Amino acid sequence: MSSISQNAPGKTVLLMGNEAIARGALEAGVKVCAAYPGNPSSEIIGTLAKVADELGLHVEWSVNEKVALEVATAASFAGLRGLCAMKQNGLNVASDFLLNLNLSGCRGGLVLVVADDPAGVSSSNEEDSRIFAKLGDLPLLEPANFQEAKEMTKSAFEISEQLGLPVLIRSVTRVSHARGNVCLDELPQSRPKPRFENSLRFHALPAVLNHKLLHEKLDRAKQMFEESPFNFYRGPEKPELMVATSGSGWMYSLEAMINLNVQERVGVLKLGTTWPLPESYVLEHLKKADRILFIEEVDPFLENNVKEIYAQNCLFLGLKAFFGKASKHIPDVGELNPEIVTHAIQNLIQVPYEPRPADYALRAHEAAAELIPARALSFCPGCPHRATYWAVKIALALDGRDGFVLGDIGCYSLGMGPSGFGQMRTLHAMGSGTGLACGFGQLNRFGLEQPVIAVCGDSTFYHAAMPALANAYYNGADFLLLLLDNSATAMTGFQPHPGTGSTATGKEAPVIDLKAICEVFGAHVEVVDPFDVAATVETLLRLLQEEKGVKVLILKRECALVSAKHQKRLYQVEVEQEHCLGETCGCNRFCTRIFKCPGLMWDKAAGKARIDEAICTGCGVCTRICPASAIRKEKA
Amino acid sequence: MFISRDPFNVIIGGVGGQGNVLASQILGEMLVSQGYVITIGETYGASQRGGAVMSHLRISTKDQFSPLIPEGQCDLLIALEPVEGLRILDHYGSPRVMTLVNTRPIHPMDVISGNAEYPEVSKVIAKIKELSRRVWTLNATEVALEMGDPIFSNIVMLGALCAIEVLPINQQGFELVIKDLLPSRTMDENMKAFNRGREVVQEFY
Ligand code: SF4
Repeated sequence: MSSISQNAPGKTVLLMGNEAIARGALEAGVKVCAAYPGNPSSEIIGTLAKVADELGLHVEWSVNEKVALEVATAASFAGLRGLCAMKQNGLNVASDFLLNLNLSGCRGGLVLVVADDPAGVSSSNEEDSRIFAKLGDLPLLEPANFQEAKEMTKSAFEISEQLGLPVLIRSVTRVSHARGNVCLDELPQSRPKPRFENSLRFHALPAVLNHKLLHEKLDRAKQMFEESPFNFYRGPEKPELMVATSGSGWMYSLEAMINLNVQERVGVLKLGTTWPLPESYVLEHLKKADRILFIEEVDPFLENNVKEIYAQNCLFLGLKAFFGKASKHIPDVGELNPEIVTHAIQNLIQVPYEPRPADYALRAHEAAAELIPARALSFCPGCPHRATYWAVKIALALDGRDGFVLGDIGCYSLGMGPSGFGQMRTLHAMGSGTGLACGFGQLNRFGLEQPVIAVCGDSTFYHAAMPALANAYYNGADFLLLLLDNSATAMTGFQPHPGTGSTATGKEAPVIDLKAICEVFGAHVEVVDPFDVAATVETLLRLLQEEKGVKVLILKRECALVSAKHQKRLYQVEVEQEHCLGETCGCNRFCTRIFKCPGLMWDKAAGKARIDEAICTGCGVCTRICPASAIRKEKA
Repeated sequence: MFISRDPFNVIIGGVGGQGNVLASQILGEMLVSQGYVITIGETYGASQRGGAVMSHLRISTKDQFSPLIPEGQCDLLIALEPVEGLRILDHYGSPRVMTLVNTRPIHPMDVISGNAEYPEVSKVIAKIKELSRRVWTLNATEVALEMGDPIFSNIVMLGALCAIEVLPINQQGFELVIKDLLPSRTMDENMKAFNRGREVVQEFY
């Protein structure tokens, strides 16, 4: 299946950036790999998990990113090579450990890959994790394509060992989640034996002394980076404009140059070792041009750091003009693409560019405006979360005290939109719904009369909501926590977690029972199947109205996409045309206008609802909500 | 057969859940095995289901191009859903684009709820034709449903793609790639879906 474990030096394969990173770690002889899933980083450890047994690795989905980094670090302390991967938000969680680990240093090669998500394609924010390298005085590499993703990862282990420091690799969505040609190298066959040397100490303290040693290591890194193959310049000796770029910006810059046909006039300085910057190397290239444009995603990290070097040396360098995010030539939020870069260069050197005939573009826009309906994101057909939010909406309406839902991170975050009937009112970090509920749950003493509901997925619960639940019981907060237990880390690709009974490598694992934990934490716990809409509404209403203190309702139903993989559809569902009353029903087209599962269609000609058999997964939930009982199910 | 431009830019577009990513990966593998330099960019993430999704494929004999195709630079559009095809042409189309369309609509939530209307499919196809150099159509979803599972519609589309002879791909290449990529028990059905796609696709004039 996987080309990742082939020992086929010289072979070219098509790899996703994340797979290339995984392959680089294998070529470096990594032994321990740990992560908490989060897009766009998930496939790094996911890929390694598949070959773990074959290649004799330990690969785990840890319960959160901080633990993952600690697991990989233990390998390093014992002299093995360790890899940890996470998305940008994960680094916030792991940073407490990381910003002490920098002081203690490490031993075996230790690489931390952080995949950032410019534009928040699958994230709640678009933070730029590179700032952590500067904050923690840690070396940072940024791969610009797939081959480099592999080479850099491999070389990061070497750098880490030479410096005794963890090395950060910052990827972005368009490197991690894109695919391209990668030429493989040899896989090492060595089997190093781990040993903790008792003569060694890994202490962050004494802080000031270790801080000083850390700065010395960073100076060494700077020296090493002066010669790095990951930094290079392509272009004329005296360019009219020099583009300074890192990461995905490299591919976009090349593309822009081809679009504009200005390879003879514009040069590109591509930097792969972006912290600490190799100062002499940067200075030498700054001499080439008087006008410099920075292309990078998300924050002006490279831009500001190069400017810092320039400020320190401006007497020798003379006047320069810098363009980028500060000058607004490049947007300072969102994702880059070849068009943005093309337009920025075009603007600065005044060359014509017409991507397509203007009249064509006009006709295409007109056709689109006339014919294309918007396509909002929605829960999958047969998704338990739709049924859950439906029950919440009904229960809150019946309760009548204007209760509200505090949200969390997962597929169910879509509950903020139309697919979750707009029920979710807050969305921040992993576990924050329950944490906020701890606070709201204290406000009744000031007169808050609205019931408080928090939602949280199963994986999110183990990751970050458990401390909040302990806090709730200890401090006596009043709220209802809905644990949406779909038995998977669904949003990131169905990775297992401590509640699923299996590990990253598919081995059987003990199940940490959600209900039992919540009970230990003092909560009153009940369990329902959200597909049983009536029972769910009834239980919700009762818990909201009768009980005080912390209550947990576990909504247990497997993710529809997971079910589809191992079981046949439950029901054959049909809207009986003779029973569907359509617009005359008085239900306001409950099924399609209000419940709106994508498996249902409104047949305009007939004026009745229909099932779209290409979409419906046969969960049968809609049969329970049709007031005319026109939607019928039969065991499939 | 060779690519007619370098890079040759392909977009596979549809609705989350239609199997975009797998189709682009299979196509990419088929081309890499012939020595092409391929970049594939995917727009997925939160848009697992229901949202508009695209895969961008850059096919070159020399360079690793960026995973995002610039405005107006699509050479071949494979639309797994009709209005999604039009949505892509709006930004990426040009007079040189060729389009292969699955004519079976998937209604967006706003259409299901009655807040928006889904246009006549024939009208959408006519517009696609106006905006494309050549157009081929088939109802891949229907073919897949006849086979018992809509999941095969992306493979049906790949079969159709092979038949229109725009890219240097063939059945043997497909067979080799899916042997590696997909569970062996689905081999026969995937081959059947591929061949059905080859048979039913037609040029639209
Ligand atoms: S049975 Fe009804 S609710 Fe379930 S997937 Fe089909 S249309 Fe949607």
